Amino acid sequence: MTTPHFLVHSPKDNVGVVVVEGLEAGTEMLGVVTENDTTMHIVAKHDIPIGHKVALGELSAGDTVIKYGEDIGKMVGSAEKGDHVHVHNLKTKRW
Amino acid sequence: MASQYANLTFNGYRRDNGRVGVRNHVVILPVDDISNAACESVASNIKGTLALPHSYGRLQFGADLDLHFRTIIGAGANPNVAAVVVIGIEPGWTKRIVDGIAETGKPVVGFSIEQNGDLKTIQDASRKAKEFVHYATELQREECPISELWVSTKCGESDTTTGLGSCPTVGNMYDKLIPEGIHGVFGETSEITGAEHICKRRAANDDVGERWYKMWEAYQNDVIEANKVDDLSESQPTKGNIEGGLTTIEEKALGNLEKIGRQCRYIDILEPAERPGAGPGLYFMDSSSAAAECVTLMAAGGYVVHTFPTGQGNVVGNPIVPVVKITANPRTVRTMSEHIDVDVSGVLRRDMTIDQAGDALIDMIVRTANGRNTAAEALGHREFSMTKLYRSA
Repeated sequence: MTTPHFLVHSPKDNVGVVVVEGLEAGTEMLGVVTENDTTMHIVAKHDIPIGHKVALGELSAGDTVIKYGEDIGKMVGSAEKGDHVHVHNLKTKRW
Repeated sequence: MASQYANLTFNGYRRDNGRVGVRNHVVILPVDDISNAACESVASNIKGTLALPHSYGRLQFGADLDLHFRTIIGAGANPNVAAVVVIGIEPGWTKRIVDGIAETGKPVVGFSIEQNGDLKTIQDASRKAKEFVHYATELQREECPISELWVSTKCGESDTTTGLGSCPTVGNMYDKLIPEGIHGVFGETSEITGAEHICKRRAANDDVGERWYKMWEAYQNDVIEANKVDDLSESQPTKGNIEGGLTTIEEKALGNLEKIGRQCRYIDILEPAERPGAGPGLYFMDSSSAAAECVTLMAAGGYVVHTFPTGQGNVVGNPIVPVVKITANPRTVRTMSEHIDVDVSGVLRRDMTIDQAGDALIDMIVRTANGRNTAAEALGHREFSMTKLYRSA
């Protein structure tokens, strides 16, 4: 199997994790959902560092971000499919 | 049918109290900070001994003092320690620590500095330490069933790869070895925040789950809410976590909890540095998420091998317990390979399964128990860090 560019924990998730170094904007990425081995293809909108999250679909401010099939916080900005999701647009709902 | 892990054995040092150690240290143990110098002099005089300098032990009181004693006595009592020389400024607290360690049946003697001075104390303690080295170096390892191994876990410098690879590797190991009768422990109270609903459900029964939740809630109210000055955005997650791609405490907690696998249930909750008393199984220890403090507390609880998943590359070690480092982050493997014992980056490339990664970790745990020095041991990482509950009187 080709090495994936990003992994997704659960089919419920709306973000994935980039698992290769030096990923550049414009790359057609292969993604794998680890829970059920399904695959998907998304074009990266930014250079995304290894370990950082990528939006699997359109996300708007106020949307709940799901990873591991669980709530990990809310969007405080928007993201398009293939955008970088991190501290600039995602925040915890507590503290 | 017996599992393939049922017949695993390791070669360890059986102590008088029946527990089995995987190292054979002669420890020179200060009761308090001002006895560090004498302990370090003794360790310098007598080869094959190990001083455990630390920062506290004077004018502590209440629960904070109890924790200090539990940590110091627990370190001396750990089965990885063959014999102990205790040095304190005065005889009272020194004796309390000697008596606590003596319950294990191992050789332990105390010295106090007042009315002797450092030089006489160092001379007397050095003679005793030399005797203990002769004693310890004649002890032999014996073959022991895997069930006699106590394995702790705590992760550090987590990133998103720890939740994908190295933490599930530890969880897979516990899913395989807890049924074989080992003792396990996880902790890091603050880092369960965001996954507390899941952690509560992983208790062996409702009573344990309720007690766990009350402990977690008390920590939130008494420590976080009472002391926070911002949204903890620079502490939980840490700067290193954020660099590694973790954004929120919830995301970090969900990855952290991967360390307890799919099937394990925790059977009891331990105070910091408390020795488990409910038999084999997985425990939760109320503990800080700071690496050196947490590993020190688990060592004091009697655990003899520590498994440490890391993403960005935490370099922590412990003086008496070997710390096995596991990473799934290929950049960390590339840039910090000297710190890594088990490389599971294949999990991210999808050319290694979590099952294979768990087996690789079990193999490294057994080799470490048999005597292989870990990366942290070879690099001289001996972080012995006391947890302080509040300021001294």
